[in-house]
Amino acid sequence: MTPSRAVEAFARRHRYHPFEALPWLAAVAAYFVFPDYLALGAQILATILFALSADLVLGYAGIVTLGHAAFFGTGAYTAGILAAHGWGEPITGLFAGAAVAALLGFLSGLVVLRTTGLALLMQTLVVATMVAEAANKASFITGGDDGLQGMEVWPIFGWFRFDLFGRTSYAYCLIALILCWLAARQIVHSPFGRSLTGIRENVRRMHAIGAPVARRRLTIYTISAALAGISGALIAQTTQFVSLSFLSLERSGTVLIMLIIGGVGRLYGAFIGVPLYMVAQNRFSEIDPVYWYFWIGLLMVLVVGFARGGLLGLFDRLRQ
Amino acid sequence: MADTLSAAISIGFHGLAFAMVLYLISVGLSVTMGLMGFVNLAHGVFAMAGGYVVTSLMSRWGVPFLPALLGAAVAVSLASIPIERVLYRRLYGGEELDQVLLTMGLVFMSVAGATYVWGPLQQPLQPPQWLSGAVDLGVRSFPAYRSFLILCGAVLVTALWLAIERTRFGARVRASVDNLRMAQSVGIDTSRLFMMTFALGSGLAGLGGGLGADLLAINPSYALQNLAYFLIVVAVGGLGSIRGPFVAALLLGIADSGFKYLLPEFGAFFIYTLTMAILLWRPHGLFGRA
Amino acid sequence: MNTPALETQGLHKRFGALTVANAVDFRLEGGARHALIGPNGAGKTTFVELVTGALQPSAGQIRLDGADITHLPQAARVKRGLVRTFQITALFPRLSVLENVTLAICERQGIAGGLFRPAGYHRTAIEEAHALLERLGLEDDALRPVNMLAYGRQRLIEIAVSLALSPKVLLLDEPAAGVPSSESGTIIGVIERLPSDIAVLIIEHDMDLVFRLAQRITVLVRGSILVEGPPEAIAADPEVRRVYLGERVPT
Repeated sequence: MTPSRAVEAFARRHRYHPFEALPWLAAVAAYFVFPDYLALGAQILATILFALSADLVLGYAGIVTLGHAAFFGTGAYTAGILAAHGWGEPITGLFAGAAVAALLGFLSGLVVLRTTGLALLMQTLVVATMVAEAANKASFITGGDDGLQGMEVWPIFGWFRFDLFGRTSYAYCLIALILCWLAARQIVHSPFGRSLTGIRENVRRMHAIGAPVARRRLTIYTISAALAGISGALIAQTTQFVSLSFLSLERSGTVLIMLIIGGVGRLYGAFIGVPLYMVAQNRFSEIDPVYWYFWIGLLMVLVVGFARGGLLGLFDRLRQ
Repeated sequence: MADTLSAAISIGFHGLAFAMVLYLISVGLSVTMGLMGFVNLAHGVFAMAGGYVVTSLMSRWGVPFLPALLGAAVAVSLASIPIERVLYRRLYGGEELDQVLLTMGLVFMSVAGATYVWGPLQQPLQPPQWLSGAVDLGVRSFPAYRSFLILCGAVLVTALWLAIERTRFGARVRASVDNLRMAQSVGIDTSRLFMMTFALGSGLAGLGGGLGADLLAINPSYALQNLAYFLIVVAVGGLGSIRGPFVAALLLGIADSGFKYLLPEFGAFFIYTLTMAILLWRPHGLFGRA
Repeated sequence: MNTPALETQGLHKRFGALTVANAVDFRLEGGARHALIGPNGAGKTTFVELVTGALQPSAGQIRLDGADITHLPQAARVKRGLVRTFQITALFPRLSVLENVTLAICERQGIAGGLFRPAGYHRTAIEEAHALLERLGLEDDALRPVNMLAYGRQRLIEIAVSLALSPKVLLLDEPAAGVPSSESGTIIGVIERLPSDIAVLIIEHDMDLVFRLAQRITVLVRGSILVEGPPEAIAADPEVRRVYLGERVPT
């Protein structure tokens, strides 16, 4: 390869590819094609954002966490508590959710990210369990086991009411997702984002090239927490309900599962894994929630054994 | 003064009982993670299975308590072998995320399976006649079942430690935890060793689950509910350590007991904060190796 | 007296009862071609880890170009020009060769923390990386992932990454280790052509390589410096022969 060709190819990696418009076209089309399912659609879009935030720490920085729901739930409760106590403005609610979740991410990251491996995994689990405990004990604000009641979310810009059909919810979540996704994409293709893949691939080597590894990890952890907080706030605002399950180990576990199905570290894994999972869950868990648990567990076992890399990974391998 | 002493004895007693259960369940996990480097989030499933087997044997088939315990330990131990051989073995030395997902998947399956077979409600353990009531030691009386638990635990722990220190099998385990490649190069069949330690650890977990059924309730979500406790014991104790988790279990048991008695609202917080503080100070646990 | 490029004074490291570095006084002159040799377990790699900051010493001082770096973190030492390669290749396996080197250049240029502009915009960094690959004959593999390349090429990439950091002092830990002799010639050639203003310390077992490349040799045995001097003196030294070959020195 002539010098300019290799350099060119490398320098163009961040350019937008026509394929990248597909998910958005699909999302907009769904608005018109499935008018009865927009409420579910809004949930899916918000959950895609949650999975995307998890992908940033997991797929790009290589931080395996069992406690990402802590940020999701914190964002949800923040927006929810605001709306239940007189401040129902949705967009500021989103920012508030992001800010509080980011703060939690920063503070917990200072402690948790000093280690790797099992100790790190353990600590993320402990942090999430502590947050869940706190929410449970503070039931006078959070509603405890019964969940947060009495949320009143105002119309967006005073005009677009959150209607029963989910039209506003869907558009609201879609726009939030686009904006957050653009930010995530930008981060991933920036020098900072590239250095994260270095940290994931060989942290020893990163130290040896003079990279401030701890600082980078903390930064992406905080950003990821903020995005997870936004996704939680979106769900809170569009369903007008928050419960302790938002903070549960199951929630942290299922977001990992959804990511794996689509493929980790590819930015688009979330767009594939989340809708598949949620649509399937919506179908099957109505029949029997117990069976759903069983089959999803089995799927996990099989995917890890045979389809490592998720659907996008399979796609890659077929292409070769 | 007498009250404080009495309270302290109560706390110590119940804490020790809880510690025994936690240790019996978690020691296998510590060795698995330290020896095979495998993050087994599904370890609690073995404890749960032990609990279900004991309660089922006793209530449906009228098997007496001690044989039921033994049966549970053996059954769980044997059942764990195919899981290790078929599933876990493929991921040794692999990516942590894969192990987390695989074992999470197994946990989900276990929740569904347990609900299907036994229903969603807790399985109560009916302690046998000779263990109900209290043991009167003159100055104080202690609940008989918990006393038995402590005694049983002490015997098992001693046997385990003796086995690790004095037998050839124990020596091989210690050598392999210390330096796996070296152990392989001196001819230790690490593959078989993995299988045997895994089976032993799972059997002990099953035993602990059965013994501790009134401390850690046997229900389908057992593995999820108690995961944090088991991981805390192992992480604080130190991966691969046999004694470390015992100290950790003692800390956790007594803290839990103490707070239940004195400040029930804040027990969990204290334990989690203490865990994080310890892990911050010693990221590899109290007795772990870097 | 010239300030040495790298200097240790009384460098000492203990693990419990085991002393792995025993009050080591070491000087590396600017522009030097210096080799560190010794039997297995002598503590050569430990010395490198102490000097680069991967390991904290129990006692002693380390000075880089006269400045005390004993308590500086590893990344800070790298920024000052103290660079090492690893005995067992430590690269980013799934990333391309060009990316491996570019990451290092971005760190050196201080642009690696940037969040807002795409990495592709930093053309000069990428072009510099590519130029470095060309100098080392690696440009054909620029876009291939590192883990698909022959081990000898990977060792070369290790050196490329270290050069990308504009080192003033370069510590090469067994650069030709594990490389088949058909490929080691390229590596030796690259080392011979290193810029003369870089002070180079090579840890090696291969005596041919050592005698070919080094102007000065330090022999390390069980954490202590046994002897130091030009190659001819070391080759003739009976103590060195005894340590390496187990010969009994006639008294």
